[in-house]
Amino acid sequence: MSLWHYDFIHQALIGGAITAAVAGAIGPFVTLRNMSFAVHGLAEVGFTGAAGAVMLGVSPEAGLLGACFLAAAAFGALGVRLRERDVAIGSVLAFAIGLGVLFLSLYTKYATEAFTILFGSVLAVSREDVIRTALVGAAALGALAAIARPLRFASIDPEVAEARGVPVRLLSTLFLLVLALAVSITIQVVGVLLILTLVVTPAGAAQRLTLHPGRLVLYSIVIALGATLGGIVCAVYTSLPPSFFVSAFSLGTYLVARWISPVQRGARRLEGPPSYSSQSPHTIRI
Amino acid sequence: MTEPRPAISADAATLAFGERTLWERLTFTVRAGEFVAVLGPNGAGKTSLLRVLLGLQPLTSGTIQVLGAPPRRGDRLIGYIAQYRAIDPDLPIRGWDMVGFGLDGHRFGAAPRTRQDRTRIAEALDAVGARRYADAAVGRLSGGEQQRLRVAQALVGGPTLLLCDEPLQSLDLQYQGVVVDQIARWNRRRGATVVFVTHDINPVLPVVDRVLLLARRRWAIGPVNEVLTEETLSRLYGAPVDVLRHRDRLVILGADLGAHEHTADPPSEAS
Repeated sequence: MSLWHYDFIHQALIGGAITAAVAGAIGPFVTLRNMSFAVHGLAEVGFTGAAGAVMLGVSPEAGLLGACFLAAAAFGALGVRLRERDVAIGSVLAFAIGLGVLFLSLYTKYATEAFTILFGSVLAVSREDVIRTALVGAAALGALAAIARPLRFASIDPEVAEARGVPVRLLSTLFLLVLALAVSITIQVVGVLLILTLVVTPAGAAQRLTLHPGRLVLYSIVIALGATLGGIVCAVYTSLPPSFFVSAFSLGTYLVARWISPVQRGARRLEGPPSYSSQSPHTIRI
Repeated sequence: MTEPRPAISADAATLAFGERTLWERLTFTVRAGEFVAVLGPNGAGKTSLLRVLLGLQPLTSGTIQVLGAPPRRGDRLIGYIAQYRAIDPDLPIRGWDMVGFGLDGHRFGAAPRTRQDRTRIAEALDAVGARRYADAAVGRLSGGEQQRLRVAQALVGGPTLLLCDEPLQSLDLQYQGVVVDQIARWNRRRGATVVFVTHDINPVLPVVDRVLLLARRRWAIGPVNEVLTEETLSRLYGAPVDVLRHRDRLVILGADLGAHEHTADPPSEAS
């Protein structure tokens, strides 16, 4: 009898598809705002939340979502810009992981939980998980659609956007909260450590293929879907971890997109030799 | 009451950051349809004045009225060209998107653009000759191409007051002419008011009505031949300033107007 009759596989495919759609849709905004580090940071705090929940005997999914949401609200309220080079934030986030490890060690019964949260467990998705993923995913997509346009404006040109009446600061916090929703469901599929493979890589590939804002989101979703569903199918046939296949397909697509790169070719055709704007425009004077 | 309401009226407007006063008791009126250039050394508060007019920066004292009301954020009747800032060449933003933001970038919700809106964006691109490269990534365009997109972004909403912060920066002479021409045309045809921050008066000399000079907490406003004179400049700067007319150009020696070629500056503004 074929494996495809088992419920757990249907649940993995449905849960994975919803997650991929949400992660793929939010990705272009993450790359636009240079927030890869924030995504990783939220995921790390999410790990601590899930581990804490395990220790307290509460559902790890609730701990994950709660911790991501609180961290997003805190980042937003403090006006923290998460940058790779920021030593203080990097150190605090590393400590969050350390704390999570401590929580898990205090409750040895669930030692396998750590592996699951860090590396994902899409084949262990339950019917309840699928329903929760669908609800959280719908909320994230709805909120993203509502703020997408002013968010893009505020990301590219905050000064002019503010002058035009766009609530730049509020949008930044709202986006962090939407991101927390997306991160919390993506962790189930690929885990904390592989979060960027669904939230950033498909968007990075898509923006090599098109500059059109609508198509950018569409391509990013399609790539994330392909990597996730393809990864689950390969994992079922090979009994190897799905997270490996998902990240491999995601990276593969990115490399192919970089190689084809119609966007850059188009730019070259239009411009002749590349004419980058000077880093210090003040020096260009006659 | 046939006189239309003034575009801007400032009454004893003062702006200070802590101990540092940028300008004091600024009092002037800009009539609707006027083209006013704002000059002054770096740090004189030119950009801050635009931020006050945009409702982004409150005054320390005094009042300013913009289009008959106190300044408020997001006034649809105001177009704004911010100071030039380099854009990452990898950002997936097209010229089309950038100009579109000027029309509906503030609008929440996922409603698609109407045909009418798309036509307006296309017309704004055409008006500055940017249609040809409207689908390319903005960060890969030259400074002049980007700046024309900014002009189109500011004009697409049909503003009656246009605030421009150094719109000629990073442009070569040819594109300086193109940008000034676009803005001047908007000024004359639509009767729109223009406030134009610049450190070189020469590109706008043919189109400017009056000059507002901000310098060392003091200020002067009036036609070019009254403000950019040796007496006024020397009085404002507290040091001798020479004004030379060479063909159609004004060359000011001894006064820092924020331009980088003036190396022999007098002591910079009070700090």
